[in-house]
Amino acid sequence: MTTLTDPPRESFRLSMLINDTRYRSLTFQAIALLVLIIAFAYLTNNLLTNLAAAGLNIAYDFLGSPAGYDINQTLVEYDSQSTHARAALVGILNTLLVAFLACITATVFGVIAGVLRLSNNWLVSKLMAFYVEIFRNIPVLIWIIIIFTIMTAVLPGPREFRGDNPTSTMLLDLFAFTNRGIYIPAPVWGPGSMVVVATFIASVIGVIAYRRYATNLLYATGRLLPMGWPSLAIFFVPTILMFYIMGRPIGLDVPELRGFNFQGGIKVGGPLIALWFALSVYTGAFIAENVRAGIQAVSKGQTEAASALGLRPGRVMNLVVLPQALRVIIPPLISQYLNITKNSSLAIAVGYADITATLGGITLNQTGRAIECVLLLMLFYLTISLSISAIMNVYNNSVKLKER
Amino acid sequence: MSDTHAQTVAFVRETEIPEAAPPYAATGPVKWMRENLFATPANALLTVVAAYAIYLILAPTLPWILNGVWTANSLAECREILQGATGACFAVLTERWPQLLFGFKYPSELYWRPSLAFVLLFVAVAPVLFFDLPRKLLIFTGLFPFIAYYLIWGGTIFVPILALVGCLGGYAVYQRFVTGSFAAGFFGGIAAALLIWYIGGLLIPDGASENAMLTPVPSRDLGGFMLNMMLGVTCVSLSIPIGIALALGRQSSMPLIKVVCVVFIEFIRGVPLITLLFVASVMLAYFFPPDSTVDLFLRVVIMITMFSAAYIAEVIRGGLAALPKGQYEAADSLGLDYPQAMRLIILPQALKISIPGIVNVAVGLFKDTVLVSVISMFDLLGMIRGPILASTEWNGVYWELLGFASLLFFVVCYGISQYSQWLERRLATDHR
Repeated sequence: MTTLTDPPRESFRLSMLINDTRYRSLTFQAIALLVLIIAFAYLTNNLLTNLAAAGLNIAYDFLGSPAGYDINQTLVEYDSQSTHARAALVGILNTLLVAFLACITATVFGVIAGVLRLSNNWLVSKLMAFYVEIFRNIPVLIWIIIIFTIMTAVLPGPREFRGDNPTSTMLLDLFAFTNRGIYIPAPVWGPGSMVVVATFIASVIGVIAYRRYATNLLYATGRLLPMGWPSLAIFFVPTILMFYIMGRPIGLDVPELRGFNFQGGIKVGGPLIALWFALSVYTGAFIAENVRAGIQAVSKGQTEAASALGLRPGRVMNLVVLPQALRVIIPPLISQYLNITKNSSLAIAVGYADITATLGGITLNQTGRAIECVLLLMLFYLTISLSISAIMNVYNNSVKLKER
Repeated sequence: MSDTHAQTVAFVRETEIPEAAPPYAATGPVKWMRENLFATPANALLTVVAAYAIYLILAPTLPWILNGVWTANSLAECREILQGATGACFAVLTERWPQLLFGFKYPSELYWRPSLAFVLLFVAVAPVLFFDLPRKLLIFTGLFPFIAYYLIWGGTIFVPILALVGCLGGYAVYQRFVTGSFAAGFFGGIAAALLIWYIGGLLIPDGASENAMLTPVPSRDLGGFMLNMMLGVTCVSLSIPIGIALALGRQSSMPLIKVVCVVFIEFIRGVPLITLLFVASVMLAYFFPPDSTVDLFLRVVIMITMFSAAYIAEVIRGGLAALPKGQYEAADSLGLDYPQAMRLIILPQALKISIPGIVNVAVGLFKDTVLVSVISMFDLLGMIRGPILASTEWNGVYWELLGFASLLFFVVCYGISQYSQWLERRLATDHR
């Protein structure tokens, strides 16, 4: 009769804290924690001593006091009597505005350049390679300044639009490109315009519903309904009809030269244009490389297999290549969007009133609250970045290859 | 009758016809153009559009560049020479050349020192970049930081020598103990270096830098492209070891270490560099001991190093994750402990995979060094936007100066990325 006994349990000895891998990590973490606490205590102590010596404290009540400076481009109501917090809000909205605009145009530039770089046409592909290399290898700050200089030094002043024989003319009589900014027509919402807008939204929903219905019908019965022209018709006809039925309620407020400057329309300031355009072309070059890599990552066998099944080239692209390429393209694309948001902080170099220029620039200099301003600034960017990363993680999980 | 029969065949070819040249349209440039430029009507249209775009770009710029004026003392003088013709005023580059490279405060009689350091940089970097060079050259690479520091800042020679002796002492202790345990070697080395620096610091006589062989130059006098180069080189080389440590920490099984590393990396990656530079310029000084004076250059180096370390850590983490699990298990089964496994098995492979990513970070970081102009340091862009464009002589010479800055950055960054591609091909030992 054999008895199995447990091996004798080693009692815990102090030397195991160093020699036994089971306990060693605890030792290391305890030491790390100690070092961390000492370092933090040292830094905090320095901070408090320095602040006390300079007669400062950390308080956020300055946000409630009047800012006292003007901002030339605002999305919400703001004047120099508004608070610093309001100025920061203006800055946040301006940051989001330029980041949003730049994300859209950068994607357009990037996709066009990335696809054209794969073109069979030697000249076009070399031209696109040149575009990508030149923008990727020169700092974005230099591009912002170059484009801002074009805006201010090359475009004509408003006075050159004047007189019987002006040296500059407005584009289509609607757009004016001046060194003070670009003037575009503004829509005027008359009575009844809401009906037109509602019709437009309804027809967009209608288009989506029709296309879904057609797809379902195709899968269920094999009947192929035309997709192209009915969508176009649903999209345009009701809105245009309603526009005339309601007696053309939406007009255009065209900018025109009065006195020394243009009046009317919407003024898009030079700094915004410079920042927007520079971020778009710069990031577009990076996106072009992502797009190219994504398309090249789809193996040629996939295209060939799809062709062998008898799919037409358009369908091969839509049903086989793009879904696979997008899986590769989208994650880096989103991190490029993140880069655009972060790079939009360079607005301070051209005087665009984004959050870095209002909160981290003028407010910081006026109130001298350096620590508070910089911390708030970081908090804002951190929030944006972490939310975009969260979205990206959700997306990555949803398109992950589902394996057994 | 036989000879009449011979007449029935009029002609018999006895030699082969020489090969005829292929049709004109199927060879040479014509064929190439037909295949690559005018394959289909749409393609031909694209070619025409592209050619027109190139014409639009070159038509104004080419005469502007070719007609450039290289010697003049001001923009007005340039315009006089040009007589209304289009032409660039490159004279600003020749006249302000030292300012563009060294900033406007660096003493002009000392320009040879940073120039020498710049040349030596190539000697120091060469053995790191090209493995075929004799390994002995790495000794010079190790010495270079101290030589460069001495050349650029000047002052007493004791400081770099003391720093060097400290490093050597630390390295000797590390070598002595590392065979026993990595931790003992590592921490012993650091302790030895700190001890030597502390004792040596007491020995350096006061006022040694006043009558030094090389005149001391304060950090705030540095500027121009030199500043960009210094920030780029220093921060990238400092951030690689920190990045490796952060990446290993993020992979660690110890929750505390892992959390600290993750928070650090995500925090730094979540904020723009410019806010970190604000920290360096307005906030960081509060965290140093009250009576210490840490100059702006050092504060900026600290922040940029933290910035690039976080990005490099993510790149290296990618490399670590790409290694097959078998490599870790093989190292364990050989009985290697953690430091040995990392140093001998994991890191050499992981770093090889991460090289392209690290180079990308390095290029991005070098481009980002121009951001210091926003916190009023006079780097290349700061010089252009500040003292040069604001001067009465050169007010309005935008394109020449911005073009020059772009060209410098393009040459450096494009060169680095081409090197990285070469290295990738060179290191591709698998999937031949």
